[in-house]
Amino acid sequence: MKSSRFLTLLATIAVFILLYVVSWARFPTFGSTVVLANALYGNAFLGITAVGMTFVILSGGIDLSVGSVIAFIGVFIALMLRDTQVHPLIVFAMALAMGTAFGAIMGAIIYYFSIPPFIVTLAGLYLARGAIFLFTTESVGITNPFYDQVINIAIKFPDGGRLSLLAIIFLIVLVGGIFIAHYTEFGRNIYALGGDSNAALMLGVPIARTTIGVYALSGFLAALSGIVYSLYTSSGYPLATVGVELDAIAAVVIGGTLLTGGVGYVAGTLIGILINGTIQTYISFDGSLNGWWTKIVIGVLLFIFVALQKLITSRRGQALLSFGRKTRTTVTTLQTP
Amino acid sequence: MTTQEPLPIDTKVAVRRVLPNWLRNSRRALWPLITLLLIMLADSVVFKGFFNIQVVTDLENGQHFYGATIDIVKNAAPIILLAIGMSLVIATKGIDLSVGAVIAICGAIAATLVGKQNVASSIPLPLIFALSIGAGALCGLWNGFLVAYLDIQPIVATLILLVAGRGMAQMITGATVATFQNPGLSFIGVGYIFGLPVAIYIALAALILVFVFVRRTALGIMIESVGANDKASYFVGINARAIKLSAYLISGICAAVAGLIVTANIRGADTNNAGLYYELDAILAVVIGGASLNGGRFSLLLSAIGVLIIEAMNTGILTSGVAPQFNLTIKAIVVMFILFLQSESFRRFVGRRFRRTA
Repeated sequence: MKSSRFLTLLATIAVFILLYVVSWARFPTFGSTVVLANALYGNAFLGITAVGMTFVILSGGIDLSVGSVIAFIGVFIALMLRDTQVHPLIVFAMALAMGTAFGAIMGAIIYYFSIPPFIVTLAGLYLARGAIFLFTTESVGITNPFYDQVINIAIKFPDGGRLSLLAIIFLIVLVGGIFIAHYTEFGRNIYALGGDSNAALMLGVPIARTTIGVYALSGFLAALSGIVYSLYTSSGYPLATVGVELDAIAAVVIGGTLLTGGVGYVAGTLIGILINGTIQTYISFDGSLNGWWTKIVIGVLLFIFVALQKLITSRRGQALLSFGRKTRTTVTTLQTP
Repeated sequence: MTTQEPLPIDTKVAVRRVLPNWLRNSRRALWPLITLLLIMLADSVVFKGFFNIQVVTDLENGQHFYGATIDIVKNAAPIILLAIGMSLVIATKGIDLSVGAVIAICGAIAATLVGKQNVASSIPLPLIFALSIGAGALCGLWNGFLVAYLDIQPIVATLILLVAGRGMAQMITGATVATFQNPGLSFIGVGYIFGLPVAIYIALAALILVFVFVRRTALGIMIESVGANDKASYFVGINARAIKLSAYLISGICAAVAGLIVTANIRGADTNNAGLYYELDAILAVVIGGASLNGGRFSLLLSAIGVLIIEAMNTGILTSGVAPQFNLTIKAIVVMFILFLQSESFRRFVGRRFRRTA
C-alpha cells in the first residue's frame, strides 16, 4: 500500500515533467528560470491556500470558504491601510488572527454539532463574501510605502529569473506544511482522523482538537493567502478570488491526495500548483487559445490524473504494473462493488 | 420451558404500524415544515399582502394568477428539479456538483438550435427538447460512469464536468449570449396554463414521475441501501454500480429540464451565469430537507420543501427593503440557524443548558 501511494505521487511528477518538456519544446523560454519563478509568483496565493486545503482533505473534510476568506482579508487590509494609520504588519497580524478564528469556529461547529464540513464551510463561503459587501462594494486601492518596499524583495538568478518574496513565502509555507504533516503529533493525528475516524477515536486521537485545529490552520493559511494576494494586486476587490476553493481542490487532487482523506502528501500539492502554472503559461504564450480552453484543459487533466491514480491504486492496475511479480492480496484489498 | 410472559404491547409502535408510511415518518417532516412556516410568517411581516393572490390580465398571457407565493414556487421550479436528482445522488452517498454546468450546456444547445431572432428554425421543437435532454442524460451517464465504474470519489468525478462544462457550453454558443424569440421554447419559462406558470407544472410532474418511479418500485429502497452500505448491498445481490449510475443519470436529466426552464425564462443562454451556484442551492435544499450527506435515505417531497424554504428566504430578504449587499450575510446566518435547529447534537446541547439553568 505504501509503495502505491508513492506511485501516485510519482505519476503526478511524471505528468508534470512531460507537460513541461512539451511546453519547452514549443516555447524555448520554458528552459530558463523565468517561467518557473513567475509561475510560483503568480500562483503563490493559490499555493498557500492549497497547502491548507491539503490538510483539510487529509483529515477527511473540505473547506469551501477559502476563496471568500482571501477576498475578505484583501478588502480588510485595503480598508485598514486607507482609513487608519496602523502599520501594515499589525494589520497583517490582525488578519491572520481573524482567519484563524474563523476557521476554528467552523471546525468547532463541524465537530460539536456534527454538521457536514461541506455545508458548514459553504455557509462560511456565503458569510465571508457577504461580510465584504457590508464594508464596501467597490475596489479599494492600496498606496503604502511599505508595500512598495516588500514587493521588490526578490532573489535574482543569473538568467533573469526573479524569485519574489511572495513565492518565497509560498515555499516556506510548503516546507512548514511538510514538517507539520510528517514530523508532528498534530500531523499524524490528521492522517489518522482522515484514514478512519472510528479507529482514530478508539486509539485515543484527540478528535475535537484535531478537527478544530485543521480548520483553524486552513483559515490561517487562507488569511496568509489573502495577505499575499493583497501584496500581489495592491488592492482589495470584493469580487476577487471567486471559485479559488475549486482551483485549490483541483491542485490538491492533481497532487495525488485522495478526497476520502488519510492518503496524500503536502509536497504533491506543489506539483499540482506547478502543473496549473505550466498550463496557464502555455496558454498565455500561445495567444491563439481562447479563455474557455483553459477550463476544458484543466477538466480533461483532472480526469486523466484521477483515472491514472485509480489505475495505479487498483489491484488490477498494480498487477499490470508489477510485470508478473506476484502481488499480495490481503483481506483489506477485497474487491468492493 | 417455563411460563411465558405475554409480549408487552407498545401502543406507540402499534399505532405507528397502522399509519401509512408518510405519516409514520412525519417526525422527520416536522422540522422542515416548521421552518417553512416560520419563514413564510416572517415574510408576511416584512411584506404586506404576502399571502394575497390576485387575478391579473396582461397582453402576453391573458388572465392568470399573481402573487408572491406563486412567484416563490415558480422561481423554485428549476431548483426543485435539481433537488429531485440531487436527493437520489446524495442518497447513494454521492454528490453532483456538475448540475449548474449541465444547465449551461443544455440551455446553450436549446438556444443555439432554435436559431437566432425571428429566423424560424428547421428543427422541430420536440426534437430540440429531446436533443438537449439527451445531452443532459449523457452528462449524467458520464458522471455515473466515473463514480460507479471507475470508483472515483463523487466530488472529484463531478468536479471535472463542473470545471469543463461551462467551457463546452461556450464552445456551443461561440462565447456569446445566444438569444432567441421562439415562442414555443420561451413558453415553458414564462407561459401559463390554467392561470399558473408552466414551470410549476413541469416541476410537479417531475416530482410525481420520479416519486412513482422510485417509490412504487424497489429502486428507491435499493438506492438507500447502496448509500447506507454498498458492500452489503452488493452481497445481497443489488447491482450497486447500476443503481449509482441510474441516480446520476436521473440527476443529469433533471438538470437538463431545469436548463430548458432557465434558458426559456430569460430567452437566452448565458453560459457564464446560467445555473451558477445552483448546485450549492440544490445540495443545501436536500440537507435542509433532512437528508444526510452520508447517504442512505432520501425524501423527494422534503427536498422540494427545502427548496421552497430557500426561495421563501430569498424573496423575504429581497422584499424586506434591506440593502442588497446584506443578502448573502443574512442567507448565511439563516442557513446556519436552520441547520442548527436540525442538528440533533445542537438540540441536545441546548436542552442540557436549559435543564442546567432551570
